Amino acid sequence: MAEMWVNMGPQHPMTHGLWTLKVKIDGETITDAIPEVGYLHRGIEKIMENRTFPQSIPLADRLCYGSAHSWSSLYVFTVEDLMGVVAPERAQYIRVITLEIQRIINHLLWLAAYAADLGILTMFLYPMRERELFMDLMQMISGGRLMYDYTRIGGVRNDTPDRFEEETLKQIAVLEEKLLEYEGMMDDNDMILMRTMEVGVLKPGDAIDLGVTGPNLRASGVPYDLRRHDPYLVYDKLDFAICVEKRGDCYSRYRVRMNEMRESMNIIKQALKDMPAGPIMAQKVPKTAPKGSEVFTRTADPRGDSSMHMIGNGTDKPYRVDIKSPAFINISAAPTILIGNRIADVPSIMGSIDVCIGETDR
Amino acid sequence: MMDLYELVESIVVMLIGWIDQWVPDQLAFLISPTSIHAYVVLGMAAVILVICLLNVVVMIWIERKFIARLMDRRGPTEVGFMGFLQNVADGLKLFLKEVITPQGVDRWVYVMALVLYIGSSITVLALVPMSDRFFMANVEGGLFMIFAIFTLAPFFIFIAGWSQNNKYSLIGGMRSAAQMISYEIPLMLSVIGVILMAGSLSISEIVNAQSSIWFIIPSFIGFFVFIIGVLAEVERIPFDLPEAEAELVEGWTTEYGSIRFGLIMFVAYLRGYVGCALAVFLFFGGWLGGPFSAYMPPEAWFLIKVYILFMILVWLRASAPRIRIDQLIQIGWKRLLPLAMLNIMIAVFLSAMGWI
Repeated sequence: MAEMWVNMGPQHPMTHGLWTLKVKIDGETITDAIPEVGYLHRGIEKIMENRTFPQSIPLADRLCYGSAHSWSSLYVFTVEDLMGVVAPERAQYIRVITLEIQRIINHLLWLAAYAADLGILTMFLYPMRERELFMDLMQMISGGRLMYDYTRIGGVRNDTPDRFEEETLKQIAVLEEKLLEYEGMMDDNDMILMRTMEVGVLKPGDAIDLGVTGPNLRASGVPYDLRRHDPYLVYDKLDFAICVEKRGDCYSRYRVRMNEMRESMNIIKQALKDMPAGPIMAQKVPKTAPKGSEVFTRTADPRGDSSMHMIGNGTDKPYRVDIKSPAFINISAAPTILIGNRIADVPSIMGSIDVCIGETDR
Repeated sequence: MMDLYELVESIVVMLIGWIDQWVPDQLAFLISPTSIHAYVVLGMAAVILVICLLNVVVMIWIERKFIARLMDRRGPTEVGFMGFLQNVADGLKLFLKEVITPQGVDRWVYVMALVLYIGSSITVLALVPMSDRFFMANVEGGLFMIFAIFTLAPFFIFIAGWSQNNKYSLIGGMRSAAQMISYEIPLMLSVIGVILMAGSLSISEIVNAQSSIWFIIPSFIGFFVFIIGVLAEVERIPFDLPEAEAELVEGWTTEYGSIRFGLIMFVAYLRGYVGCALAVFLFFGGWLGGPFSAYMPPEAWFLIKVYILFMILVWLRASAPRIRIDQLIQIGWKRLLPLAMLNIMIAVFLSAMGWI
């Protein structure tokens, strides 16, 4: 058969959102690939320029449905850097806990979607079931299940509710047990290994050159984690391991995320134990950013290093906001990973790099 | 014991007995013995079709409920008793949808491929008995004929995929053809062991040969190869590559909408039923209940065995992902074919020693 282009998307079960992957196939082998994004552009950066700083917090939540809290937190951290506000320590611990809960929620959603991509629908429902438990925790603390609108400039909106700590420990115990069940379904299943091992290999050099970050980079064997190498909040006081795998294939990316969930639970436990009492909001939060101030802030989003660049001009609105999404970088790495693989592996590979179009197109 | 032919014949004769006084002489040929035979065959076909289709509805319900429990959910609960009528409601929904033929399809092939796929799959039912009294045709080479008709379908899938002017369908159709070639051969070879031990190609004789011992015991490898071959043949997970939804949207069925899609789904389950029925005939003693045969009619024994086997396939579906086409072909040629050969050697050995 001659070579032909196959459009996967914008309406395609593989895409998890609204984007197009054009693959050129020779028989079943991929010889070229072009990702196209931009279908979901909502102009969030521009809208933020026309809103006061606190008004944009719920908007930042809408950057990604999978990990809303990490994006509104990034926005708030950027604004805090711009204004020179430091949140009190208790608020920082609460932020760490909620961010790690968000990471678990995101990875469970990823695991469910990935299993569905591989065609094993049972594993779509099991992680979704445990994701509910952690969404319940977020509901308990913030009132929201998907969009939380919880962080505030200079702290968090409200303190943890009464039974939050014991509920969290209870759900963590449940997930620790269920992770073993997932591993029984995935790692002990030869067919899963056939579909993921040695498929979609991203070499460490390529990953660094392309700017891939987060679990995808760590799966390629580069021990880089922003929480360790450029600590923010109280991550430098917490003890956690950087999850690294060596092979850089889909299976490594899966293993990194499974281990990261364990590490996140570990962090939550430590943070709950170390959390001091005290205020949850900074004493004095200015309404305006100083004229000429400019910051670039990074956090470790569940998908990689998300960063935001913001310029203040002395008013209560930002002069300019730029958002750099890790998913955008990861999608742009798709051709490098895909070429040489088979068309049947496209869902497996693109699923394994965890795509979120909301944050990619902004 | 009265078999299906005699039952239908007695009904037809009774009906004709009511109306024959009003039939004019010019139309007397309509109630001649030859015509009655034709009516009886038609009536049997209708009975078999209706019962098998009802059976398929039951199987879809079993799949939905059982896989739902495996997935920690409930499945259909609202429509009918325990959601039993949900399939009927879904079928009705598909029936009421607009039939869309996309632009640029090769219309003649597009429709005919579907007709032939459904027709050939339903034809098989004529040769699949439910017991020694409930059958349409009991031909000498029944097993051979079932395979001949049953394995036509990938060819129709291939031309259906080609006719749709859609790259996903084309790839799906090609995969179907590749899958057919690499799984047909182990499937056929795995049956040879049973045929050797039974000494016949007739379904009823194969079943009766298992009155002392089910063929799964001497021919376990054969069963293993057979059930994998059947899974590939009826295109269920983990071998549903021609309609792999993650990468090929719906594969070769992408451009079939409304009741056409409904019929394709229905026939897919019908083929699942035939595959399970064949496995029960060949390896699990068909409709024989062994020492407990007095408690239930043979048809019930047969259906229970089919349902249990089908549940195992559903279980497999709930726990296995889709595998890749090159891996599928490798498994077919490098694993299943040698295993099928080994199975034949065991069967020949057992037959030669006179142990079976």
